[in-house]
Amino acid sequence: MTSTQAVDDIVRSEYEHGFATEIASDTLPPGLDEDVVRAISARKGEPEFMTEARLKAYRHWLTMTEPQWPAVHYPKIDFQAISYFSAPKRPEDAPKSLDEIDPLLIETYNKLGIPIEEQKALAGIAVDAVFDSVSVATTFRATLAEAGVIFCSISEALHDYPELVKQHIGSVVPHTDNYYAALNAAVFSDGTFVYIPKGVRCPMELSTYFRINARNTGQFERTLIVAEAGSYVSYLEGCTAPQRDENQLHAAVVELIAMEDAEIKYSTVQNWYPGDAQGKGGIYNFVTKRGDCRGARSKISWTQVETGSAITWKYPSCLLRGDDSVGEFYSVAVTKGRQQADTGTKMIHIGKNTSSTIVSKGISAGEGRQTYRGLVRIGQRAAGARNHTQCDSLLIGDRCTANTFPYIEVKHPSAKMEHEATTSKISDDQLFYCRSRGLTEEDAVSMIVNGFCKEVFNELPMEFAVEAQKLLSISLEGAVG
Amino acid sequence: MLSVKGLRANVGDKEILRGLDFEVGPGEVHAIMGPNGSGKSTFAHVLSGREGYEVTAGSVTFEGKDLLALEPEERAQLGLFLAFQYPVELPGVNNTYFLKAALNSIRKARGEEELDAVSFLRLIKERLKILHLDDSLLKRAVNAGFSGGEKKRNEIFQMALLEPKLAILDETDSGLDIDALRVVADGVNALRSAERSMIVVTHYQRLLDYIQPDHVHVLSKGRIIRSGGKELALELEEKGYGWIDAEGQAA
Repeated sequence: MTSTQAVDDIVRSEYEHGFATEIASDTLPPGLDEDVVRAISARKGEPEFMTEARLKAYRHWLTMTEPQWPAVHYPKIDFQAISYFSAPKRPEDAPKSLDEIDPLLIETYNKLGIPIEEQKALAGIAVDAVFDSVSVATTFRATLAEAGVIFCSISEALHDYPELVKQHIGSVVPHTDNYYAALNAAVFSDGTFVYIPKGVRCPMELSTYFRINARNTGQFERTLIVAEAGSYVSYLEGCTAPQRDENQLHAAVVELIAMEDAEIKYSTVQNWYPGDAQGKGGIYNFVTKRGDCRGARSKISWTQVETGSAITWKYPSCLLRGDDSVGEFYSVAVTKGRQQADTGTKMIHIGKNTSSTIVSKGISAGEGRQTYRGLVRIGQRAAGARNHTQCDSLLIGDRCTANTFPYIEVKHPSAKMEHEATTSKISDDQLFYCRSRGLTEEDAVSMIVNGFCKEVFNELPMEFAVEAQKLLSISLEGAVG
Repeated sequence: MLSVKGLRANVGDKEILRGLDFEVGPGEVHAIMGPNGSGKSTFAHVLSGREGYEVTAGSVTFEGKDLLALEPEERAQLGLFLAFQYPVELPGVNNTYFLKAALNSIRKARGEEELDAVSFLRLIKERLKILHLDDSLLKRAVNAGFSGGEKKRNEIFQMALLEPKLAILDETDSGLDIDALRVVADGVNALRSAERSMIVVTHYQRLLDYIQPDHVHVLSKGRIIRSGGKELALELEEKGYGWIDAEGQAA
């Protein structure tokens, strides 16, 4: 029996039982070919256009090669060794109680003040009791539906709103964009769809945390947010708590579309497993995030706090197509131990009087390697475009690395560009000064680091900002000395 | 409350303190004077626990504890305070936040209840009043972009808030013009009490016109070679450090 047949058999035998019941036992064997792509699409009961789009992306992916330019190092990924569809574990396979979970993980949860029930959910324990966030989520859904906001998984959206998805998916990040975007377009597992109708201000911050079916969206997540004219939405992604995850490679794609006068605020806190002391087993986070300020006076704002993953490769970007549109990027990235990050942003000014702000704060400790890579491009028609870039690196200890690669391309004489960059170290003087006032070394480091990141934290929604500060302190525990 | 016996300390291979003996009782104000390189700042740093100094002999007891065995933060929690000659800038760290964290860390270590934001702000306002400072410095980052005078005033303000049992003022007068010096000295004087001792380290007698010490010591080549009342400072001012050194050699 060939492997293709095997896949076909699995697909057939399990699909008979329908979408809902197949989940528990549903995993494709490792490997990737057209049949696997078809199988994923079939399994999710997707409309024909999606299957075709996936296949097209897959065929294009075959013609591409992995990017070599990022300043990160890792062993070559064997894409045939990955299983491209793994459904959630059966309840009987999941850990039974917190006693079976890595005590270090529990310690971190406790430090973050996460309630026991949520700890269980995060650690992947089968929880049969309905816990608070579920009922909260149900209430939220009702409020959102009243406002006309659609907030669901991409799979659901493909069933319920295929036309909306068809119209927008891949319109910001086409499958031809880059190697991982192509891979994602071919095999994306699930993700989030948000649609804000014209003139609607989304009545609450949208968070994957409150989306019941958000768990196990898998390694190839796809997010699509569409804000129609005059609408507003703030979306929070991720969680400060380290989430257990068996997939090493994560290649997500996020697309944001802001029409005339619309505003999208996208905040991320990422704290995936960074690997052990030798950097083994950590997650590779290769993400393509892009926002399209399609309409005049639209605004897209990215805020990210990145403390996890073994390797991070991401550049949340803005296409400033509408006249007077605004793009923002606020970032705090921490690399410690053996973590590596090559991250930054792209601001592509196309429309007139477009403006962008970049504030990037990189913190490197231990043997962490960090690179800021940013592109600001002012196009030929972008009269009156403005950019302000501030790019600061903070080094802790003497074995870490920080690089900055700002690319600036200006094709219009009226552009106003500002670029500031600094590199500093937490000095012994600063530590001693704090300690002589009664603060411990760890408190001192966290205070100095939080001060360094303040401009970015100010951009986060209040609750998230508090959590992010706490997270940063915990991340850098023992980083000095 | 502070007892220093036969203290010897090196910086690298160089011996800076060479058998220093020194006693401070409760509520006393001691001035330590001496020429450049006599070991004044080294002494202040060794007391506060700064790294980079190796104590080779002697002992320091503070409030009945072996001070040299404690971490800098433990010394602060015990009631020691160093007003820096060059206060350090902490960009982005809000002054109020810093002070609250410091005070609460000290209170916690002493088994006292931590202050909430409201009672802390009340306390801060009250201390500002004593020192005749305006509250603009509370909103700024710790020492960042402060003028020399503002930095020194901020040190004294921290001292007012942390209420140490022993404050070491390391060349607090350096870099201050006469008006700023008076403001800082007034602050220090407002904080004098029967429970608070001070060690005023200075190069010039000028500061001692404003902060009147109970005792004056002259440090030379890592040892105290002369001690006396405040009139010793005046004598020094008149005759210069050479006078003591010459006398020391003659004896």
